[in-house]
Amino acid sequence: MSEKTFQEINTKIRAGKAVVVTAEELVQLAAEKGVSQVAKEVDVVTTGTFGPMCSSGAYFNFGHSAPRIKFYRVWLNGILAGTGFAAVDAFIGATALPEDDPLNTTHPGEFRYGGGHVIEDFVARKPVRFKAIGYGTDCYPRREIETVVTLDDVNEAVLFCPRNAYQNYNCAVNLGPKTIYTYMGVLKPHLGNAHFSTSGQLSPLLKDPYFRTIGVGTRIFLGGGTGYVVWNGTQHFPSIPALPEGAPPVPAGGTLAVLGDLKQMSPQWLRGTSMLGYGATLTVGIGVPIPVLNEEVCYWASRPDSELYAPIVDYAEAYPNRKPGNLGFVSYAELRSGRITLQGKQVPTAPLSSYAKAREISNILKQWILEGKFLLGEPVQLLPGPDAGITPKTLEVRGPERRDR
Amino acid sequence: MAPSKVVLRFPAAIADKPIIFHLVKDYDLMINILKANINPHKEGTMVLDIDGEKAAAGLDFLRGQGVIVQPITEDVVRNEERCTHCGACTAICPTGALHFERPAMLVRFDSEACVVCQLCVRACLMRAMEVRI
Repeated sequence: MSEKTFQEINTKIRAGKAVVVTAEELVQLAAEKGVSQVAKEVDVVTTGTFGPMCSSGAYFNFGHSAPRIKFYRVWLNGILAGTGFAAVDAFIGATALPEDDPLNTTHPGEFRYGGGHVIEDFVARKPVRFKAIGYGTDCYPRREIETVVTLDDVNEAVLFCPRNAYQNYNCAVNLGPKTIYTYMGVLKPHLGNAHFSTSGQLSPLLKDPYFRTIGVGTRIFLGGGTGYVVWNGTQHFPSIPALPEGAPPVPAGGTLAVLGDLKQMSPQWLRGTSMLGYGATLTVGIGVPIPVLNEEVCYWASRPDSELYAPIVDYAEAYPNRKPGNLGFVSYAELRSGRITLQGKQVPTAPLSSYAKAREISNILKQWILEGKFLLGEPVQLLPGPDAGITPKTLEVRGPERRDR
Repeated sequence: MAPSKVVLRFPAAIADKPIIFHLVKDYDLMINILKANINPHKEGTMVLDIDGEKAAAGLDFLRGQGVIVQPITEDVVRNEERCTHCGACTAICPTGALHFERPAMLVRFDSEACVVCQLCVRACLMRAMEVRI
């Protein structure tokens, strides 16, 4: 089996001779010519995804005021940012909400503005209201500051997402008797609809299920700019559950921690997002290039929607109570058709992540590579794969007796 | 059924008949007159909020009397800039007005098929669906 190296592929990219196709195009090519032929011809496959990703955020260094202040609390457009590290650094999380948000007091709450929207406003170069309080020290005497900042005013602005690009995700349904409002959207009662959220055959981690190419240092499309995979994401569970003979492998859910310069990014690819009755979040555009190092990499990268499966999970009862198991598996080809059959019922399906935008990202990344302005980052360490044996841990209630008894 | 707003135009010949009375008496409708301009022997107009199970029958009665009935439609419009074509609205929309065009996977909005139920307005993750009055 012929092998290519990252260096060989980068040499071709620099020379303008690399053959680059999107994952969607690869699916087609492999079906026509066979995997081994395509593995020889193609150097890089580009993937893409554009969906709500809650474990996202950005950190900033705002520069020093005169006199100086050490942030004790910071608010950006009225939303509390995270402090507790150096004097003028702060982190805004995508799901943070305004102090005066009505939340779910009138259910379902609308959550029209949150941390994700603050990030979108920053990258749209809109002015952001900034407020901070300090407790006053000899070196940082100021106790309060209110001003307006833009992305160009700050020293560093870095998108840092502890968990993005979920490899695979549940197809969410509602077996209960009333409409529920979840992070998987509005789910109508008695299997009224089914929502899913990956871009299937275009999805980055579904195309490298064994983590043969993706690792720390992988250069990626992130929010319209260039970013990097910096670690595995939180809740990185890459194992592939044992399934009956002949059943397609179903990756459980590897994830990526990613980072990139917010100043390069665009509001087109970082979108503040509102989930009725659930909260606010950020929709993130990510594209990962997969080098076709060998036939095996090519095989997995060329799997079509019809061979990629998502588990179906009930969000009325099973999910909230962390009940194990699922209602079976369904292929992304079926999900994307607009209708699945479940428990004898025809159920309309809809995605939360945009397939059209995922396709656009895979094409932009392809273009960047073809133009020679985006080289592959060779991982200094691959991410743990299915054989790492990682199993989820849970939060159990334990500890000393309550004192107030 | 939610109250619906209608504009009524009364031809001069029937402007002096007690027509609204019948909507209440015979069709058990709750009527809220928002605007009225009625003059004997002249064409009149009226804007009504109508609420009740027999609203459709009541409106048919009006038409039978020669009244021209025009519903005031609030339109749902899409902010094209904000829409990302994710499709989260497509299984919520009861009439298929919001639907995928395959294989492009672009969300199309057929405003003719929209019944202004406004479910999409709140279900849209990007708040791209807006009500225009």
